[in-house]
Amino acid sequence: MNDESYWFRPPPRSRELPMAPVRDEPPPVEITIDGRALHASPNATILEVCRRIGIDTPTLCYLENLTPVNVCRVCVVEVVGSRTLVPACSRRVEGGMVILTDSPRVRLSRKMVLEFLGSSVDLSTAPQARGYLARYEASPTRYGSPAPPASANERDQREPGHHRAPSGETSETVAQPTKVDNDLYIRDYSKCILCYKCVEACGTDAQNTFAIAVAGRGFDARISTELNVPLPDSACVYCGNCIGVCPTGALMFKSEHDMRKAGTWNEPAQTQTDTICSYCGVGCTLTLHVQDNTIVKVTSPMDVSVTHGHLCIKGRFGFEHVQNRQDEPK
Amino acid sequence: MDLRIAGPDPTPDERAAVDSILGQAVSAWAGGTRDLDTESHSAHVGGHEARSRRELLLPALHAVQDRFGWVPPSAMNYICRRLLVPPAEAHGVATFYHLFSLTPRPPAVMHVCDDIACRVSGAEGVCRELANTTTAWQRSPCLGQCERAPAWLVIASGDTPRAKEATSLDALLRSTPQSGTPGLRLIQRIGQVDPESLTAYQATRGYEALRKAVVLGAEAVIREVTVSKLMGRGGAAFPTGRKWDAVAKAPVHPHYLVCNADESEPGTFKDRIVMEGDPFALVEGMTIAGFATGSEKGYLYIRGEYPLAAMRMQTAIDAARAAGLLGANVMGAGFAFDIEIRRGAGAYICGEETALFNSIEGKRGEPRNKPPFPVQSGLFGKPTAINNVETLVNVPLIVREGGEAFAGIGTSGSTGPKLFCVSGHVERPGLYELPFGPTLRDVIALAGGVRGGKPIRAILLGGAAGVFVGPDKLDMPLTFEGTRAAGATLGSGVVMVFDESVDLADILGRIAEFFRDESCGQCVPCRVGTVRQEELLQRLRAGAPIGSYKDEIALFKEIAQVMRDASICGLGQTAANAIESALITLDPVPRNGSRS
Amino acid sequence: MGGGTNSYSEIENTEVILLWGSNARETHPIFFHHLLKGVHNGAKLYTIDPRRTSSARWADSWLGLDIGSDIALANAVGREIIAAGLHHQEFIEHATTGFEEYARVVESYTLEYAERETGVPANVIREMAYTYATAKTGMICWTLGITEHHNAVDNVLSLINLALLTGKVGRYACGLNPLRGQNNVQGGGDMGALPDRLPGFQHVEVDEYRHKFEAKWGATIPPKRGKNLTQMFEAMATKELRALYVIGENPLQSEADQNHARHLLEDLDFMIVQDIFLTRTAELAHVVLPAAAAWCESEGTVTNSERRVQRVRKAMEPPKGARDDISILFELAKRMGRDWGTPNSEAIWDELRALSPVHAGMSYARLEAAKGLQWPCYDETHPGELFLHSRLWEQPLTGPRVAFNPVEHDPPVERLTPEYPFRLTTGRRLSEYNTGVQTAGYDSPLRRPETLDLAPEDAERLGVREGELVRVSSRRGTVDVAVRVDDCLRPGMTFMTLHFQDDVATNVLTIDATDPKSGTAEFKAAAVRVERL
Repeated sequence: MNDESYWFRPPPRSRELPMAPVRDEPPPVEITIDGRALHASPNATILEVCRRIGIDTPTLCYLENLTPVNVCRVCVVEVVGSRTLVPACSRRVEGGMVILTDSPRVRLSRKMVLEFLGSSVDLSTAPQARGYLARYEASPTRYGSPAPPASANERDQREPGHHRAPSGETSETVAQPTKVDNDLYIRDYSKCILCYKCVEACGTDAQNTFAIAVAGRGFDARISTELNVPLPDSACVYCGNCIGVCPTGALMFKSEHDMRKAGTWNEPAQTQTDTICSYCGVGCTLTLHVQDNTIVKVTSPMDVSVTHGHLCIKGRFGFEHVQNRQDEPK
Repeated sequence: MDLRIAGPDPTPDERAAVDSILGQAVSAWAGGTRDLDTESHSAHVGGHEARSRRELLLPALHAVQDRFGWVPPSAMNYICRRLLVPPAEAHGVATFYHLFSLTPRPPAVMHVCDDIACRVSGAEGVCRELANTTTAWQRSPCLGQCERAPAWLVIASGDTPRAKEATSLDALLRSTPQSGTPGLRLIQRIGQVDPESLTAYQATRGYEALRKAVVLGAEAVIREVTVSKLMGRGGAAFPTGRKWDAVAKAPVHPHYLVCNADESEPGTFKDRIVMEGDPFALVEGMTIAGFATGSEKGYLYIRGEYPLAAMRMQTAIDAARAAGLLGANVMGAGFAFDIEIRRGAGAYICGEETALFNSIEGKRGEPRNKPPFPVQSGLFGKPTAINNVETLVNVPLIVREGGEAFAGIGTSGSTGPKLFCVSGHVERPGLYELPFGPTLRDVIALAGGVRGGKPIRAILLGGAAGVFVGPDKLDMPLTFEGTRAAGATLGSGVVMVFDESVDLADILGRIAEFFRDESCGQCVPCRVGTVRQEELLQRLRAGAPIGSYKDEIALFKEIAQVMRDASICGLGQTAANAIESALITLDPVPRNGSRS
Repeated sequence: MGGGTNSYSEIENTEVILLWGSNARETHPIFFHHLLKGVHNGAKLYTIDPRRTSSARWADSWLGLDIGSDIALANAVGREIIAAGLHHQEFIEHATTGFEEYARVVESYTLEYAERETGVPANVIREMAYTYATAKTGMICWTLGITEHHNAVDNVLSLINLALLTGKVGRYACGLNPLRGQNNVQGGGDMGALPDRLPGFQHVEVDEYRHKFEAKWGATIPPKRGKNLTQMFEAMATKELRALYVIGENPLQSEADQNHARHLLEDLDFMIVQDIFLTRTAELAHVVLPAAAAWCESEGTVTNSERRVQRVRKAMEPPKGARDDISILFELAKRMGRDWGTPNSEAIWDELRALSPVHAGMSYARLEAAKGLQWPCYDETHPGELFLHSRLWEQPLTGPRVAFNPVEHDPPVERLTPEYPFRLTTGRRLSEYNTGVQTAGYDSPLRRPETLDLAPEDAERLGVREGELVRVSSRRGTVDVAVRVDDCLRPGMTFMTLHFQDDVATNVLTIDATDPKSGTAEFKAAAVRVERL
């Protein structure tokens, strides 16, 4: 340390604040949404503009921290002059666009998408989707009684290009037994709407582990490890980021799954507290879901720049050391 | 990448099959053997370069499938190691395409087409016969051989995998009844000129157009194509000149040219016959397109069920390359262009242009949302001109004769010659060329009229994604504008005729089954809508509607509308068209609620 | 001030990343998410690590240097950059001192020399040097692979020199970033838990600072620096230090040369351990003070590796009898005759803000609203600094120049001998943490017991198979452990973790040769012998 003063005293303040380089922002364009003329950046999606002006647009496969895949199609809106409806989540606004978010075409498509999901997927742990169903007066029961569930792993073995001809007596669903193959989380693909979020979180949008992908085709498409091997034989590193983004409860902490089964899951009685993970020095925000002084689930807020909602196995599941309290009198 | 690849190591044969595509493994970290001399203290696999070879995933899977008749896990693992593809993703890709099997299959499998045209020509009989033999066989969607229905394709694995298909000029002659007739512009060589001879091609005005194009220059070529008013022949009818112009002017490089030869629309077989019968014409058309759009690389994506077409095209490409007509300096004219063939692996959806890009890139053939359009962001995210085979074989004609002359052929809204795939209950099913303009009646007459002179029950125009029309529409001109005015579609040029013997409900059932099978499964309207559509049809056919027949039709219309309005791509958007058109106008199922 | 110069977001937008002595993929997984965003955005990734770790598997180029040859490599990179004229002359002249001396010192670090000392091929070193030097932006990140050596500070300096040489500091997406191993290592330093610092990095030997604190605290502060951990152990050995108060540490198991550490701790006159667990260290204590878990049973702040101060909050009640750390300290003060009032984390924080200029702007309200702020944050309108040292680019220069600190290569203290022919290095795994006291609490499906990881060639030569028990001995101790064959290792290298000290006390093997400047032990380089049982 050949400069004593430098070592002993903090350096002086810089005169200017260090900043990220500013990107050129294109000039705003004029658009019309539901009769309202307004200006918006052409970098903005229709969904972003809708949210900004308070138009509540339903979304299922969209999440701020993931690349839009625009597959659920529940966010579709009508752009006047466009042959088809467009997904609000990924379509960027263009000058002169006239957008209708609640036209009969929009309402019909949203209702039908929700009926399709409601009639083929168990939405019992998807309160948000159930809310949309009510809002759009979707009637999933009008497709007939659901077909009996598939046996374990049967759907995972279906080959593309062939399917058993339907009888017409029942309507097909994705119902199947829950996959329980480890102590940390379960996969109940009866509840899977195939929104791709888990694949994205496991892939380039966050974890980059690629333990799961969409396999198969058409209605038989499903989330799968390679050759449908159990998670412990897969590349899974149990970060649980797939659970964090799952909109329907298909992926769930095993603790939550077990408590729900036992009837002890009591969400209204739970508190959620943000704190910082106690492990490495990255400083990830953990939201601790606590019921009866016990951590029952850990999530991370999406709007935190450190995590963007994503955690690792230690942050997500490594909390048991504060509640292994066998010695404590209850 | 820190892949976790568990499971068995490849056998030497599996390694050899994969290495035949990928070359020898150079690193222990990518499937090679450990060499402490070179890699004890440094390694260079895992980064961008190593991860950029994903596009070789399908070729590698093909190599294994061809060799062993299926893709064993050990071979799959080796491919994953070589290409740094996560096993779960490779599994996702392999299970997307029905020509790849992850379970052992017999060394030869007969794929029997039971799709629409074959269905009305005795496919079920073939299946019944096979059921009593030891032959390994499975049903297949349209094999693109409707002119010789009932059709099948034997795919055999082994050291030199081959597909058994008719290969002689005679076969081409049978498929193109007009062959040898003067005045043909697109198919004049088919059945007449040796498709494997570059000399023979050149002797019949081949490569005249490319020579002229080079003299004209790229901009002038695009001008000619624009003036010609050539519209895409794949079904969407987009002006080719505009597409090329956008790519040529795109500031981002490289540019790509892609030829869509994933002809899978039931009832369509024109591109197959063109590639089998006049492959050099496509090579020349692609070369001109590459020159005009500033693309140095062209991909030719041929559906997996067209092994003979792929072979012929490869022969032609190799010959052209050897003659300096492809390569780093084409014709010595100072531009580079080459063509690589990519084989599809059994997925109708890959005919959708963005799904096709994903397939070339080694991914599942899931369509992308548009915009961005391919001319801005296509293959590998670069500006891409993608054209159908028929579109591209029109190009030498345009350049040779001039755009204006071409525009003088046909009608003002539909210029040039057009290929029609006529099949079903006609006397001479086959590929026909006519200048745009004739009516539906004319085209059926050209094919010898309805077999046995029976009355027509229905005609399917444009394939499974097209529409049914009744005999009342026979005077509709088969032009873009004529079909549009009649609420129909020209689509890919399919004219499939059904006489009164047809069980139309059964045909509709097959179409519903087809879309249910071929939906990629990505978006909800199509993934579930195609299932609900098929179930609804089954209920109607069984005479067991939920509520009344009218209720079911109302429900059907809603299903059709959400698919049309909210699906990502053309498959879902058109999956209800044919069925809806038949339900509304042709009364295919009894309305009284009981089975007829 | 010691802290990572950049924000995590910057690595998403940099052109070149040198990840040096860090397996962030497993030890800092969420930082690695940011890093991979950068990679996906096109950044070229170099990993410099003796093992081809899971992090290294993402690299465009892995430089698998021999253990403890980091300075030889860094100096060779510096020499190459200078020789090729790729150093940032303008920045060097504007903002640094000592360049000539640096150039003179690195002159002898030719590529040939570096290849000999590090094992990394010369062309690979040169390629990295050129890429780093010519890129517009580049970041160097490191972890314990740099600092758990007997010459830890020199290792760090050798990396700082590279950033100075190429002007890759003080600008967006350029900088030097130590990834902190524990959730509040940075915060501990911020708060003055360093032997020579008061909170806010104010040196205890500067009268002005000390007087400020004395005035506020009403107490006298010894005007000279204290002992670092290593010096404390040395002082125990000389019996100068006779009592120890351990808060939230498990030195018995985390210190190198465990047998020696145990002896010293047992020999103390008095030891208090304050912890949430009854650790092995606590078992030796005279008094154990059960504490609440800082991260979920009490209120306060921690600072992360991007200098972001964030709130920890009480989400649940601690077990009966456990109290949070400040309550214990307040109670202790009271027993010692000082009543500090009612413990309140925000009040303590506000006192800190009044004394530490770099934290002055960080009120609890702002920390809450902004979800954490990065120091320096001088007042309540200051947003906190995205990256440090931007002053170095200001015209004219703000503040003093920064110095090149030339350093020389000095291989690991413990040489390999025929008797101890293997190099043992240590590290961590994804689902475990340090001595395992916390992570033992949950059932990780990834968990596997401690192993001695061996190169395939060594396993074959020793005639041992995966899973077979072997005896590993260093000059300090012996453990028996199962073998795992790991192709990420080359012959001569072995690897163990420190997660399962109760089962396999890795730290009886490690050496307590320590860096005189930082007090860190050379956990990364012991010499061992491996024998079949």
